[in-house]
Amino acid sequence: MAVDYAVLKKGGFMRQKQKNRFSLRLKVVGGHLTSNQLLTIAETAEKYGEGYVHLTSRQGVEIPFIRLDDIDEVKTKLAEGDCEPGVCGARVRTVTSCQGKAVCPSGCIDTYGLAEEISERFFAMDLPHKFKFGVTGCQNNCLKSEENDIGIKGGIEVKWIADKCISCGVCENICRVKAITTEGGKIIVNEDKCNYCGRCTKACPVDAWENNEGYIVSFGGLFGNTVWKGEEIIPIINSKEQLFVVIDAAVDFFKNHANPGERFRFTIERVGKGEFVKTIKEAYYGFGK
Amino acid sequence: MASANDIKIDDYVDITDVVCPVTFVKAKVAIEELETGQILSVHMNGGEPLQNVPRSMKEEGHRVLKLTANDDGTYDLIVEKGEEE
Repeated sequence: MAVDYAVLKKGGFMRQKQKNRFSLRLKVVGGHLTSNQLLTIAETAEKYGEGYVHLTSRQGVEIPFIRLDDIDEVKTKLAEGDCEPGVCGARVRTVTSCQGKAVCPSGCIDTYGLAEEISERFFAMDLPHKFKFGVTGCQNNCLKSEENDIGIKGGIEVKWIADKCISCGVCENICRVKAITTEGGKIIVNEDKCNYCGRCTKACPVDAWENNEGYIVSFGGLFGNTVWKGEEIIPIINSKEQLFVVIDAAVDFFKNHANPGERFRFTIERVGKGEFVKTIKEAYYGFGK
Repeated sequence: MASANDIKIDDYVDITDVVCPVTFVKAKVAIEELETGQILSVHMNGGEPLQNVPRSMKEEGHRVLKLTANDDGTYDLIVEKGEEE
């Protein structure tokens, strides 16, 4: 029987140079694996592979040198340890994320939770070409938000609470973009300069800031044969519901307009950036109306 | 509240010669030697220490009073020692 390599590839089995050997890509969300999953992966690599794994550039795990004949057995073995094959080809790929505010002192949002939600909704969805999501927790951008088709960066919009402030001056001095000034004992935040990094509120010794978490979204990033930085075209988004309305609009735009094998960036360029910006702005400003 | 110039400093610690996380450790050891209500001046660099030391002082139960920016890029954080646990 002929081997359908496309079906295997879709299911995460990547054909190797070596005859009848496959590198099996596993599903990983946000680089998070339990110790039990790691044990299962280790055992699988030992028994069915060559005793090692490859960590992919996007937080995934691949087990190389799986034999064609062992594929079903390997799938069963992995399923028993809560592991499942990943995907390749023209669809939504691994959703990457940093550890976010659950662990990282700099994190502004729950990146891992958000990555799981995005993965739940979009992972493996068939599209005209590969499509990548990445979630990073703050301006430090450890997860390189803008290299993804849709990148999400956490931010915090701050509002000064006069009653709690002791005018110590920490916020004004810690701000990297010089958005904070003091005028007659009052703290002024220049909203045009603020990049939502949250350093002021995180450093404040008396919690004199109201925090409003948000998502800074970039569209059309590429980091392969062509390198293109994803672009922000709407203001910071404050609710997850609104974030998903905007993401849905972007994915639908890609689904409806892209030629097969065309990356999101090139669809935007071919159809017209004005058209795309209009679609996204309609979704953003139309939310809740 | 008194301005920085009026505050009587009881002790002084320089943490510009160490890096995170030793910055806070050094400041913590210095303030532990004081009595409740006494004032410590912490001489620090900008960036990491400025981001973390004032906040950590608060979390340890002390009171940050003032931060002074010096011309050479260093800062002086004035902290009042809180109640002993």
